[in-house]
Amino acid sequence: MDNKVSSACETCLQYNSKGLKKLGLNTENIDFVVALAGNPNTGKSTVFNALTGLRQHTGNWPGKTVVRAEGAFEYNDQKFKLVDLPGTYSLLSTSQDEEVARNFILFGKPDVTVIVVDASRLERNLNLVLQILEITDKAVLCLNLMDEAKRNNIKIDTRTLAKDLGVPVVPTSARFNEGIPDLIKTINEVATGKIICKPHRIKNVPKNIENAVKTLANEIEQQYPSIPNSRWIAFRLLEGDTHIIEALKTGELV
Amino acid sequence: MSKNTIENIIALSSDLRWKIGDDFHDGLAEGIYADASEIAGAAVSTDTQKKRFRLDAKIDKIVTSKTWGFPIMFLILGVILWLTIIGANYPSSMLAQLLLDTIHPILKGFAATIGMPWWLDGFLIDGVYLAVAWVIAVMLPPMAIFFPLFTLLEDFGYLPRVAFNLDYMFKKSGAHGKQALTMSMGFGCNAAGVVATRIIDSPRERLIAIITNNFSLCNGRWPTQILIATIFIGAVVPASFSSIASLSAVIGIAILGIFFMFFTSWVLTKTVLKGEVSTFNLELPPYRPPRFWKTIYTSLIDRTLIVLWRAILFAAPAGAVIWLISNIYIGNESIASWTINAMDGFGFLLGLNGVILLAYIVAIPANEIVIPTILMLTVMVSGIPGGEGAGVMFELDSVTATGDILRAGGWTLLTAINLMLFSLLHNPCSTTIYTIYKETKSIKWTTVASILPVIMGFVITFLVAQIWRLVF
Repeated sequence: MDNKVSSACETCLQYNSKGLKKLGLNTENIDFVVALAGNPNTGKSTVFNALTGLRQHTGNWPGKTVVRAEGAFEYNDQKFKLVDLPGTYSLLSTSQDEEVARNFILFGKPDVTVIVVDASRLERNLNLVLQILEITDKAVLCLNLMDEAKRNNIKIDTRTLAKDLGVPVVPTSARFNEGIPDLIKTINEVATGKIICKPHRIKNVPKNIENAVKTLANEIEQQYPSIPNSRWIAFRLLEGDTHIIEALKTGELV
Repeated sequence: MSKNTIENIIALSSDLRWKIGDDFHDGLAEGIYADASEIAGAAVSTDTQKKRFRLDAKIDKIVTSKTWGFPIMFLILGVILWLTIIGANYPSSMLAQLLLDTIHPILKGFAATIGMPWWLDGFLIDGVYLAVAWVIAVMLPPMAIFFPLFTLLEDFGYLPRVAFNLDYMFKKSGAHGKQALTMSMGFGCNAAGVVATRIIDSPRERLIAIITNNFSLCNGRWPTQILIATIFIGAVVPASFSSIASLSAVIGIAILGIFFMFFTSWVLTKTVLKGEVSTFNLELPPYRPPRFWKTIYTSLIDRTLIVLWRAILFAAPAGAVIWLISNIYIGNESIASWTINAMDGFGFLLGLNGVILLAYIVAIPANEIVIPTILMLTVMVSGIPGGEGAGVMFELDSVTATGDILRAGGWTLLTAINLMLFSLLHNPCSTTIYTIYKETKSIKWTTVASILPVIMGFVITFLVAQIWRLVF
């Protein structure tokens, strides 16, 4: 697309654009599948465009992406398919766009899930982040819109955040291509297993619920020892989510 | 895995669910919020000396205020349309000159030198080529101005404020407030607007949004509105006011569309789609200064060219059809004449004529080609000099000349007004109909969404025609 230098990093030798090939729509022979999730209007589509070189339409309003968009990029000879999911505030309800996002993370089993959050509204965004971290243990937190956070005098200690969440945190300003090389590197490292995540599990759950979840999760793990998200399935079963009960019966979850 | 143990797990889960009671959902949600607050508290620090989001809040106070919200909305819409109307004129006539006055004769000359038979030459060059050339000349300039302006507004973050302003009215009409967003998308393209309704959770409200999206005047219909308003409405007032008058007429039609959207939503909720209005959270995103050149570039390349390409794909066969129906004769008259004569009586009742109705049938694939079809057919039936022969679609050099042709074809101010109304109120284009089917998976609702606006169009134009003839 445009070969203009849009950040100082691109002139630097360490910049890894040599290893990066934007593949656009070409999603054949893929090595890894990467999902892009996050709250509405946090810039997922902008990150998607920055990575794939595609020009998925972006707009400053929540709910702009309603269908799954797919694209690809190549980094160090490995091909990544990127799936841009509709933005959601939570995965606990059942509107159509939320289901698209949830089903993909749960059943599509992406190799890496990149969670894009608005740095200036971190606390509100963490609601979704914590839910996703219950489902998958291969995730990267993309702390986007850093330029806006800076303008609003918000400082974020990314190291503390990464330690608390148990997944790598990459600050970016996708609109200005800042932090994107770092994001690609981190995605690659999580995908190839160089970085092992230890995702945060929700702690402040009332005692009676926590006990029930533990009992149920133990039972599930005995049945499916390799399942990464027994706790989350337990949450959903306790909620009475018929979709998950169905999936458990058909064995779709394993 | 044995079925038994899975059944056991499910049974255990319902046991535990009973023990916990109703508190599960809230308990979990509160747990998540508590965790989020702890984690954010440890990582985020704000400079409390400086107030956050002050400018955003100030802008919001004005653009979503009870007094200024609506005037500002109309002002912004007016400015965008004004820039589109004024700005598109010049490049449009340049393109017309190039494609129609220069390239067309060259093609004709070339066809003559290689001895192409008259019917092939007519079919390809006068049918297909001219239809495509007309669509490019008329559509490209306004789109190249309208889309980037609209995208800039979208990037800035204004659309959710529109939704906020209109929310009260949507609630009153029994529809979902997010319908304001899908309605705005419809002003660009109805098919896109229909897809965008996926953001609405409730199936009932989503269906309302799908059925009423057609009342957003889409990009294919703006040029028709603008041209007819310029010729007929602008001519009623003194020359110095003519552009203001035609602009107001076009905005009036757009607002009328919004009114019909509310009205139809209201009727639907009172009759076939009864139900409660669901509540939702609407996040007003921060204003973001758009990246000007990037936005211009992407909206030109993506939106404008994609929509134009679609129009061309539909215009080419339509041009061929027009040429064919004007040149295939049954008895003494062409198919086009037969149909026009057959529909003239009904057209008169509606304050329109057979030509306009036939043009709308031919233009079902793409609204963009309504005007050229009307012009061509008018010249053909009225036998006025000025056209280029049967079935040849053309663009006249000036707006005045176009007006002369239409007046010679028996057009009055009433015809113009009713054409503008009918352009607003008629069936969606074929792409939109197909999209509605894909989204609803229901033949019934697709039929309702396609037929309902036409019936409304017939009723409204009929009423206007009758009252008009009583008064004048």
